[in-house]
Amino acid sequence: MQDTPFVPTIRSVGLNGLLVTFDDTATDAANRAAIAFRSAVDAQGWPEISESSSTLVSAFFRVDLAEYGFDRLSARLSDVLGSRDWTAASLPAGRALWTIPAVFGGPRAPQLTEAAEAAGLSVAQAQADLTSARLRVLTLGFAPGQPYLGTLGEAWNIPRQVGLSPNIPAGALVAAVRQICLFTKDTPTGWRHVGQSAFACFRPSSDTPFPLSPGDEVQFTSVTAAELERIEAHNGDGAGGALREMLE
Amino acid sequence: MRGLIARAAGPAMALQDLGRPGFLAHGLTHGGAADRHAVCEGAALLRQAPDLAVLEMVGTGGTFEATEDVRIALTGAVMAAQVDGRALAWNASHAVAKGAQLTIGPTRSGTYGYLHVGGGFAGAAVLGSRATHLSCGLGALVRKGDILPVGQDKGKDVGMTLIPEARLNGGAVRVVPSMQTGDFDPEVRERFENTEFRRDPRANRQGVRMDSDGEGFSNPKALSIVSEVIVPGDIQITGDGTPFVLMAECQTTGGYPRIGTVIPCDLPRVAQAPAGAVVRFAFVTRDEGAAIQARASTALAKLSGAVTPLVRDPSTMQDLLNYQLVGGVVSATDPALDEGE
Repeated sequence: MQDTPFVPTIRSVGLNGLLVTFDDTATDAANRAAIAFRSAVDAQGWPEISESSSTLVSAFFRVDLAEYGFDRLSARLSDVLGSRDWTAASLPAGRALWTIPAVFGGPRAPQLTEAAEAAGLSVAQAQADLTSARLRVLTLGFAPGQPYLGTLGEAWNIPRQVGLSPNIPAGALVAAVRQICLFTKDTPTGWRHVGQSAFACFRPSSDTPFPLSPGDEVQFTSVTAAELERIEAHNGDGAGGALREMLE
Repeated sequence: MRGLIARAAGPAMALQDLGRPGFLAHGLTHGGAADRHAVCEGAALLRQAPDLAVLEMVGTGGTFEATEDVRIALTGAVMAAQVDGRALAWNASHAVAKGAQLTIGPTRSGTYGYLHVGGGFAGAAVLGSRATHLSCGLGALVRKGDILPVGQDKGKDVGMTLIPEARLNGGAVRVVPSMQTGDFDPEVRERFENTEFRRDPRANRQGVRMDSDGEGFSNPKALSIVSEVIVPGDIQITGDGTPFVLMAECQTTGGYPRIGTVIPCDLPRVAQAPAGAVVRFAFVTRDEGAAIQARASTALAKLSGAVTPLVRDPSTMQDLLNYQLVGGVVSATDPALDEGE
């Protein structure tokens, strides 16, 4: 059975801008399309656009709709949309592969068991999935430098829990909807806390305040709680024991 | 150094400005003052640019000593204010002499009060702004003993006032449909519009929780939607059906659906509503919202024309018969704005 292909949409976001969305589920193709489309529109330098960003499946253009109106900009974005197949776009050049140590389960990541149950996996299978997958930075958002990583297998299409966990710590790996998010800072969330790293996603006093970029790849490696404590004891630069190498 | 010394500091005072645009792609939100209108009012009172840094105060302010003569203005949530024991009018500009003790607080009405200085608060900008963003590690709360540097002041006027836009006690807030409004059943949207909300005590610069009686506003299919862009004013419905209005320090993206977006000119009303204040949301179309916002932006740009002398000399009043001499600048419902202590 073939699903009907998603037709990209252009929607207003409050009076603050326009959002071009390439799918209603988080697919790699839609993510690539969003990154490429944003880049192409930015290259045209429209004066109405004060800044832009890309999310998992969308490109956002910040525009004062009270000043410039929705219809005219929507029409122009529609023209760019129709000019090529954006899902065939390639990933950005100069990407890095990050290897990041993390503890899975136990007191430092207490919801691994719950997440494995939701995914219909044993705890051992769940941990193997999380440390074998080569994940990609799909977007940075919610907090400065914070990556949404994807894409895990279909089993991991687990919903957010109803109600917020009050405070999941910085460096946490949290899971929902086939993604892992690596928290920049302590955050209340509906995602489940499956791992804990010491990786700082935002380093405001550094030359590179935002270490990760969309398109980078991330591989987690399992360490013990004692090993993580050793990393945390010497983590002034926020690297969290991670290794960075260039892809290709 | 030209500055204000904090001789006493309330628990929640921090520098703000109009925020830190340009980093959405990196996940760093706009931030800045909770009540941007108040920033513009202060700039109009001091006849200076609205992008200068101000001191945002919640609950109470503090006691400040000027190292040189400075001009100040007071806007936003109404707070008690004195210089060396002499009461100062809120929504007005004043001279504070070197060595004088300026005392601000506690709050009488509203939530976010602002202290502006002629020349603006100076000091190092980070990523293009002096806005404090505690949860991102940018800036810090002002503490007792801190010296807040003040920029050079080219202005001279003091003793000026304006009538603030009424926004301190909740009320009607206009909302435009946003990208996920259509995901909510029409019945839920209608019930949302007809609900009298109370501003929950749990509110901060990131978001304001809205309480109501009766069932929540959740939508079962919305628990698995793809995380998407957030803008200030978005009304997020969490998994248990509770609305949160997202404010200046909202995240850049999030996975809870938005039932609508408060238009920018009404967002100060949400920010300033004190705990327990009644708030109602009314949908307007995108075009209606754009027209309302455009008028508000025009009015904001003309704010300096609404500034008048605090104490009027009748001999300088050309159109005396047009003045409303009883009410003046002081609202009859906001007690003790101008009286001695």
